[in-house]
Amino acid sequence: MISTARPPLLIGCAAGFSGDRTDAAGPMVDTLIARLAQGPAGQRAFLIFETLAERTLALAQLRRRADPEAGYEPLLDDMLRPVLARCLAHGIRIVSNFGAANPRAAARHIARMARELGAPAPHIAVVEGDELSSLEQRALLREQLGERMDGLAVVSANAYIGAEPIAAALDAGAQIVVCGRVADPSLTVGPAMSHFGWKADDWTVLARATMAGHLLECGAQVCGGYFADPGYKDVPGLDRVGFPIAEIEADGRCTIGKADGTGGLVTEATVKEQLLYEVHDPSAYLTPDVVADIGEAHVAAQGTDRVLLSGVRGHARPTHYKVNVCYESGWLAEGEISYAGARAEARARLAADVLRSRLAGLALRVDLIGALSIFNDDAGHALAATPDSGMRDVRLRVAATHADRSEAERLGREVMALYTCGPAGGGGVRSTLTPRLNTISCLLAREAVPVRFEMVAP
Amino acid sequence: MNHITVPLYRAAHGRTGDKGDRSNISVIAWHPELFALLVEQVTREVVAAQFRHRAPSQVQRFVLPGLQAMNFVLDAVLDGGVNDALNLDAHGKALSFWLLELPIDVPDHLQHLLAGPLPEN
Repeated sequence: MISTARPPLLIGCAAGFSGDRTDAAGPMVDTLIARLAQGPAGQRAFLIFETLAERTLALAQLRRRADPEAGYEPLLDDMLRPVLARCLAHGIRIVSNFGAANPRAAARHIARMARELGAPAPHIAVVEGDELSSLEQRALLREQLGERMDGLAVVSANAYIGAEPIAAALDAGAQIVVCGRVADPSLTVGPAMSHFGWKADDWTVLARATMAGHLLECGAQVCGGYFADPGYKDVPGLDRVGFPIAEIEADGRCTIGKADGTGGLVTEATVKEQLLYEVHDPSAYLTPDVVADIGEAHVAAQGTDRVLLSGVRGHARPTHYKVNVCYESGWLAEGEISYAGARAEARARLAADVLRSRLAGLALRVDLIGALSIFNDDAGHALAATPDSGMRDVRLRVAATHADRSEAERLGREVMALYTCGPAGGGGVRSTLTPRLNTISCLLAREAVPVRFEMVAP
Repeated sequence: MNHITVPLYRAAHGRTGDKGDRSNISVIAWHPELFALLVEQVTREVVAAQFRHRAPSQVQRFVLPGLQAMNFVLDAVLDGGVNDALNLDAHGKALSFWLLELPIDVPDHLQHLLAGPLPEN
C-alpha cells in the first residue's frame, strides 16, 4: 500500500485561545519549514490557530452588530502577518476558527494582508453553516429548549460543526481555510482527512487524529504551559514556552513535539494532563467527527520532547450536533478594597458585614483574597466555616449580578463609600460593571445544519 | 507495614477542566508503582467528601490504567459555571490543587517514588 509509506503529516498549533501569545507562530513556522526541508519527499505541513472559547463567539457577534466588517478574531493581524508570506512560499496551509462570527470578513482581511506583504494571492475558503440564524433553525431550537428560550435576548446560536467541510475545502485547493464554530479537534482532523484521503466513517483513524487535535488545541498547554509547579513540576524557559507540533501517521497515530528553540517541555506527564483536559467519560469523547475512546490509551516518550500517543479507539460519530445558544443575562458588579496590618482580616470581615447589610436584595458573594477566595463558593459555605485566620494583608472582594443595571450599580457605590463609612484603613477601591452573557446548550440533528465551504479569494 | 501520610500532590499531579457547571480533575500517578494505592485510597466517596462544601450532585471516577491516571467528574460544583459563577476563578481552574491536598498513606518501600522535597528525618 502506498498510503502506509507516506511520511507523517506535520500540524503545528500557534494559538490555543483568543488572546494567546501572538509571537508563537514565528518559531512554529521556522520549525515547520526546517522539517519540510529535512524531511522525506511528499511531506506536508499545516499551521492551525484555535481561538474560540464558549463565549468568544458571542462577543464576536456583538462586535459584528456594531460593525459589519468586524466579528472575527481581533488579533488576526498580529497572529498571521508575521508568518503569512513564509507559509505561502513554503506550501504550509493554514486552518483556523479565527473567522468567529464573520469568516468572510476575516478572509477579506487575509487577502488584503497578502497583497500588502507582496505575496501571491492565496486561495482562501470559508466554512459556513455553524451559525443557526434561519427562522427554521430558530424554531428547531425553540422545540429543543422549550419555554426557557422565550424572552431570551439571544446573541448567538452556533452548532459545533466538524472536519468534513474543512477537508473538502482543502481538497478543492484552499491554502487557507477560515472557519467559525467548528469543534476544536476538527481543525486537525480536517487536514489529516484531506491529506490521507480518509473516509468520514473510518472511526479509528478519525478518533486518533481527534485526540491529536485535542492535544494541540490548547497550544502551549501540552508543552509545559499551565503545568509548572516549582519543586514538583519544573519547566525550563516558561517565559518562551513552545507551542506543539503533531506528527500524524497515515494510520492516525501521533507523536507530539514542539517548536525548535523554544522553552517548555513535552513529557509523558504533560501529555497525560492535556489528554484528560476537559474530558468526561474517557471512553466517549464526543465530537462531530467521531466518538473517541482513550480508555486504553498509552503515552510513551520517544527521546527528548517527543511523546507518542497510541491505543486510541473510535466509535461512530453522534447523530446530532452540539449547539450553544448565548444570550444577554444582566449585569455583573464587582468591587474590591484592601486592608493590611494588625487585625486586617477582622476589618475586612467587618466591611463585608457592612456591605451585606447595605446591599440586602443583592445575592452577594464575599471573598477575602489572601485568606480564602477562589476555593470559596458563591453561597459562602466555605467562608462561614473558616474562622479569622489573622491574615495581615487581605483584599475584600464582593460580587453580584442583577438584571437591572441600576440595581447592580449599587454595589460599586457601596464599596466606594467604605472609604469614609467603613472600617479603619481600607484602601485601593476598584469596581467594575460588566454586561453578562450566558449559555444554554442543546442538540440538533445533523440534517438541520447544512454545512458548506466556499472559495472566496482570489 | 509502616507508612507515612502525605498530601496527594506528593504522589500524583493533575489538571482541572470545565464544561458548563461540570468540572473534571485528573489525578495522574507520578510513578506506575504508586498507581494502585491511588486507586485504593482516592475513591469517589473520598473525593465527594473533599468537595462537600460545593455540594456536587454527582461524582464519577474513571480509571485509566494505561495512563496510570484517574479522571474525576464533578457535577454542579462550579456555581453554574463560567458564565454564571461569581467566583474570580469561574472556571474552577484551581480545583485540582484542592483535590491534591487529600492526605494519603504511602508504605515505606514506595516513599522514594514521591515527588517534591525529601522528607526531613
